[in-house]
Amino acid sequence: MTTTAGTTTAGTTTAGTAVAEPVRSDRTAALADRLRRAVGTERVLTDRTQVRTYECDGLANFKVTPAIVVLAESRQHVVDTVRLCAEAGVPFVARGSGTGLSGGALPSADGVLLVLSRLRTLSPVDADNRQVTVEPGVINLWVTRDAAPHDLAYAPDPSSQLVCSIGGNVAENAGGAHCLKYGFTVNHVLGAEVVLPDGEVVHLGGRAPEHPGYDLLGAFIGSEGTLGVATELTLRLIRVPEAVQTMLVGYSSVEDAAGTVSDIIAAGILPAAVEMMDALAIEAAEAAVSCGYPEGAVAVLVIELDGPRVEVEAQFAQVEEIARARNAFETRIAADDAERALMWKGRKSAFAAVGRISPSYFVQDGVIPRTKLPEVLTEMKRMADEKGLRVANVFHAGDGNLHPLVLFDDAVEGQAHEAEELAGDILELCVTSGGSITGEHGVGSEKRMKMAKQFTPEDLDTMQLLRCAFDPDGIANPGKVFPTPRLCGERPGVRKGEHPVQAAGLGEVF
Amino acid sequence: MTAVTAARRPGDAGDAVGGVVPREVVRPGTVEEVAEVLRAAAAEGRAVVPVGGRSKLTWAAPPESCDLLVDLTGLDRVVEHVAGDLTVVAEAGVRLADLQAQVGEAGQLLGLDPPEDGATLGGIVSANASGPRRLRYGTTRDLLIGITVVLADGTVAHAGGKVVKNVAGYDLGKLFTGAHGTLGVVASTTWRLHPVPPARRVVTLEVPDAAAAGPLSIALARSTLTPSAVELVGSAGGAARLIVLFESIAESVAGQARAAVALLGGGEESEDLPGDLGRRPGGADDVLLRLAYAPASLSAVLAALPAGTAVAAHAATGVSYAAVPAAEAADALPRLRAALAPHDGTAVVLRAPEAVRDSLDHWGPVGDSLDLMRRVKERFDPERRMSPGRFVGGV
Ligand SMILES: Cc1cc2nc3c(=O)[nH]c(=O)nc-3n(C[C@H](O)[C@H](O)[C@H](O)COP(=O)(O)OP(=O)(O)OC[C@H]3O[C@@H](n4cnc5c(N)ncnc54)[C@H](O)[C@@H]3O)c2cc1C
Ligand SMILES: Cc1cc2nc3c(=O)[nH]c(=O)nc-3n(C[C@H](O)[C@H](O)[C@H](O)COP(=O)(O)OP(=O)(O)OC[C@H]3O[C@@H](n4cnc5c(N)ncnc54)[C@H](O)[C@@H]3O)c2cc1C
Repeated sequence: MTTTAGTTTAGTTTAGTAVAEPVRSDRTAALADRLRRAVGTERVLTDRTQVRTYECDGLANFKVTPAIVVLAESRQHVVDTVRLCAEAGVPFVARGSGTGLSGGALPSADGVLLVLSRLRTLSPVDADNRQVTVEPGVINLWVTRDAAPHDLAYAPDPSSQLVCSIGGNVAENAGGAHCLKYGFTVNHVLGAEVVLPDGEVVHLGGRAPEHPGYDLLGAFIGSEGTLGVATELTLRLIRVPEAVQTMLVGYSSVEDAAGTVSDIIAAGILPAAVEMMDALAIEAAEAAVSCGYPEGAVAVLVIELDGPRVEVEAQFAQVEEIARARNAFETRIAADDAERALMWKGRKSAFAAVGRISPSYFVQDGVIPRTKLPEVLTEMKRMADEKGLRVANVFHAGDGNLHPLVLFDDAVEGQAHEAEELAGDILELCVTSGGSITGEHGVGSEKRMKMAKQFTPEDLDTMQLLRCAFDPDGIANPGKVFPTPRLCGERPGVRKGEHPVQAAGLGEVF
Repeated sequence: MTAVTAARRPGDAGDAVGGVVPREVVRPGTVEEVAEVLRAAAAEGRAVVPVGGRSKLTWAAPPESCDLLVDLTGLDRVVEHVAGDLTVVAEAGVRLADLQAQVGEAGQLLGLDPPEDGATLGGIVSANASGPRRLRYGTTRDLLIGITVVLADGTVAHAGGKVVKNVAGYDLGKLFTGAHGTLGVVASTTWRLHPVPPARRVVTLEVPDAAAAGPLSIALARSTLTPSAVELVGSAGGAARLIVLFESIAESVAGQARAAVALLGGGEESEDLPGDLGRRPGGADDVLLRLAYAPASLSAVLAALPAGTAVAAHAATGVSYAAVPAAEAADALPRLRAALAPHDGTAVVLRAPEAVRDSLDHWGPVGDSLDLMRRVKERFDPERRMSPGRFVGGV
């Protein structure tokens, strides 16, 4: 959840925002000295006003000032920083662009915030392999920019793609509007160079589609900075499709809009994107960017199909027919790229736009099975009415990923609290509907207590086994993802000496 | 194992895993029974090998020991298929073919097509098995959205969920994919489904030299065509067929097939799938290898194989299967691995005749993450009782 007023997410103060002060101890002071010697004085910040810049990510109602900030400019800086932290037993938190919406990059007060945004090199695109290798601070959109001359693109397109980093995308397994057809970050990352929490460098995956051994790359993606720091990523690029067609459809009822989505899927059509906005979200977008959405619409869908031209044309006609049968009162088809951009502008600016119609709001991120959409929306409305609050809905309707925006006014005593409660209740509604507490923004600091609603203690303990394998001392982004930290204990079962099969020259045996 | 209610019997030669005969075979019928079995095995310190359809138990390195074979085919229920959400929950022992038949009634499919008859979902996940259509649908890691596992100590754990989009917690499904039963037992799986495409068209091009398929596959992959599969069947250094499969609506497959013929400079169009599409090459006397490499290096990979090696390649994805005559394998394998290395390539021995099996390094080098993999194994199975020795990393 983020509290936003106006058009930016950071820097807003709301009720309940208390900034935890950095903890300066002899330990961190000594570490800062060592870091300065290792990575250079100018890259190590401890000055209070300087480090305060990094006190939160896109979730501005959680703030912690870090003891030390390191601005890494090379992999070696990352290795040195992590190794020195490990030696000192001081926690570190990786940070990309700081646009995360779950407090994933929230610093540790007694730790190091490791900023990766200066690691911004992209290797040349390998067009024949449809791959590119980038440093973690590279901005999402730059990848597609570099790929475009080769008719290639990087599929994951979070709404924040102008500013968020690939490293942050990998850590959050970021999604985007086109997930429905193309999948998430995890489906588009082939390899990662990772600095483990003890400073060791490992390569997971690579340029080939498969490698012998456990899929630790798959496990690393989406681990929210708790398993190590990515210093290089190899990304899969997709061929830009021959044709793209986008339509904007207006409805007088949410049920009809949701029904259209179900009917499209039932017809065997897999659109590139199906996005939905409700009346309040439309009102906000209109006020902010004048996107010209159908007047009086209670819900709109933005539907995009892509692929071979004949296929897109035939299915597009079919989708129009489906929408009409579901009482669409207006259907607009983007005639060119400019019109398509305008249709998307309303959708992509929706979070910030809500700032136009409400002093503050929480952005929520939950998932439900697509078929439960109408009943969940009805229940959400009932819950909001009960509290006398308004909820604007923007969502990736194709895959059931909801972004309810809970509107409130700080100036009204107690309303922020009520809104926060409602945002939490909505998540529980998602879980009881068979869904998830997060579809793309991650658990971070914000939702870690909610993990227990979705998972049993055994599930969480099992996940922590992986954590303990990567980070037995728990110094990588501690206090995130899990409701309770786990002490890993000794590394179990370490064999001394050589195993017979190993001795026979056949390899390391599991 | 007195407390165990699941059906059990002594193992015999027919149960052997890579030649190792288990002392006992147990066939639990529910997830709870799997947990009960593993708790009992833990109490007695028994080595466990989980199996599904047993379609390939002679493959790979034999386990060092196998006290207990846990046969998962009793977990054979399709628990929940929600057609409107394109998702299905099915237990590990469900055979892929049975699942396809069931979801097929709703015009849907699971986008996995490994060729092994009788393969179960648990076995497919655990071997990370795939087939030609991986070009279109990806592999287990792209399709598995939730998993229930039973750990060595009997702990039952879930990860993921029933929704396609979900980033809550670590994705243990990825970790268990391709883990060959060494981290625990896969008990239940949840998948994302796709609609069955209504029409199909196949373009087949005969090439006198298989290596010619390299540039053609790159051209296809860089074009706007969207084939479900691009397969190469033939022999290294010899003749081969390039098979391009289009699956979509009728208008689309017709247009794309025509465009493919133009792009390839020839080829026959047909509606029928070739009978050998996706079949692993070679026979019982060959060593069957799985090669994976950066996709554009197919020609280099073919050149590195001994001339005449039977090959079936997923030509546009960077995965090939090659059948090297057993007598040549010990020599060929290290040379092949060295030739593949610049392309981030690896060669894994899937199947080898008994005579040469123990002399081959099955998995080859694993790289700098081997120690980390070992640490993962130690956390999940500290007593090293799950399929010990089957999963081998390089020296
Ligand atoms: C307006 C707006 C719209 C958004 N829309 C979307 C959307 O459509 N889809 C979506 O998925 N998200 C969206 N987000 C959320 C956010 O942009 C993503 O989570 C993004 O991936 C975060 O990237 P970042 O570089 O800002 O990461 P940060 O916020 O800096 O960090 C996020 C997490 O990643 C970790 N991390 C960062 N870099 C590394 C690294 N190199 N190695 C290891 N761990 C690392 C951090 O420790 C932290 O846990 C949106 C945010 C905003 C503000
Ligand atoms: C060593 C080996 C490597 C293979 N590699 C590939 C490959 O790279 N690509 C490919 O396409 N196909 C591969 N295959 C083929 C693959 O086996 C089959 O397509 C599929 O796995 C067969 O399913 P099954 O139910 O018959 O499994 P089985 O033959 O019964 O078992 C296959 C493997 O999975 C384990 N296993 C089975 N069920 C479970 C379970 N429920 N929980 C935990 N572990 C279980 C077994 O211990 C065994 O290691 C491989 C097979 C083996 C044995």
